[in-house]
Amino acid sequence: MEAFKNLVVILLSSVLVNNYVLSRFLGICPFLGVSKKLNQAVGMGVSVTVVMLLATFATWPIQYFVLEPFGLGYLQTIVFILIIASLVQILEIFLKRFSPALHKGLGVYLPLITTNCAVLGVAINNITDGYTFIESVFSSLGCGLGFLLAMVLFSGLRSRIDEMEVPSSFRGVAITLIAASFISLAFMGLAGIVDNLFA
Amino acid sequence: MKKNSNLSIVLNGIIKENPTLVLILGTCPTLATTTNVFGAFGMGIATLMVLICSNVLISLLRRVIPDNVRIPCYIVIIAGFVTVVQMLIHAYLPDLYEMLGVYLALIVVNCIILGRAEMFASKNPVGKSALDGLGMGIGFTFALCVIATIREVLGAASFAGIAIPFLENFKIEFFVKAPGGMVVYGLLIALIGALTNGKAPKKKEFSCAGCPSAGHCGNACTANGKENA
Repeated sequence: MEAFKNLVVILLSSVLVNNYVLSRFLGICPFLGVSKKLNQAVGMGVSVTVVMLLATFATWPIQYFVLEPFGLGYLQTIVFILIIASLVQILEIFLKRFSPALHKGLGVYLPLITTNCAVLGVAINNITDGYTFIESVFSSLGCGLGFLLAMVLFSGLRSRIDEMEVPSSFRGVAITLIAASFISLAFMGLAGIVDNLFA
Repeated sequence: MKKNSNLSIVLNGIIKENPTLVLILGTCPTLATTTNVFGAFGMGIATLMVLICSNVLISLLRRVIPDNVRIPCYIVIIAGFVTVVQMLIHAYLPDLYEMLGVYLALIVVNCIILGRAEMFASKNPVGKSALDGLGMGIGFTFALCVIATIREVLGAASFAGIAIPFLENFKIEFFVKAPGGMVVYGLLIALIGALTNGKAPKKKEFSCAGCPSAGHCGNACTANGKENA
């Protein structure tokens, strides 16, 4: 039971409290870039979640069974980014071959994910936080879902901004960033919710 | 000033195409490491070192790297230099290493570096590429320090860790929190837009036109482009 509680806390805190986009700024480029329409936001969010999970499945064992036993911890950055880049490639080829429909939906977002810092960030954070394999999987699932949630919420806000009269110097990126700060402010209100969950 | 003189290449990175305030690249470290001036300066210098080194090496290898696999090659080169910088900072500046944490490793995926490799170093000789890296790096460091100064003075009533006595009772903690960073950055971009009166190559959206990854995701970009248009 204790272990289960722990997993729920990890999952919820990475979705709500330590939301990767809104409180740690990881993956903010696609957050600002691909959130104009709801369907794009969902597509990107789902792709990121899938890649984050796959990346954790690959990087965690490599860190603990290859890099550390051989004293190669300093190669972490290079190895992880290569693993993520090749995973994305393989996933794209695989989807193209076996599920053209899914490829049509998610395929366009995949190449953008290689240079998405949220994915590399999750992989590295799982190691520095000393999570076990199961904990890592839950934490990356939470981060992915948190990203998806933020994207969906923000796409709603963006569509409202598009209808507004915005002063010309604020148009574009400036107003987008300021709008993002409101969502981030709203999420700050959730701090502490997880700590008291089982109290 | 001649268009391609060495000075103009450096100044281009600092002013005309400032990566942070005009091109709006590398948003993630810009927001995350600017809660204090010390961290922001460290991040800027670390990025500057990686940028110069990777620009030089990629420029040297620009006739050797096959076009099809150039992006993975660039990423490996950049990741190598990031590791070197990481180890140096870990050894000599452990405080800074603690402060920057995961963001130091994330210099690998900073789109300024990949963008300059793709847009400049792969087409220009070594000397010019080094100068371009220097200019862009200084521009990035400068912008980071400006944002960090605003956030630290208003939010923590200190500058680079040194407390400012008369502001002690007027801390607005909002500015050192996540949303404050976004507001300051957004207002600065708007200010630049207003000052240049739209003359600067203003980036309207995060579209493919200004995206350094455009080259290797042709598929995604044309699809998105059509939808946006």
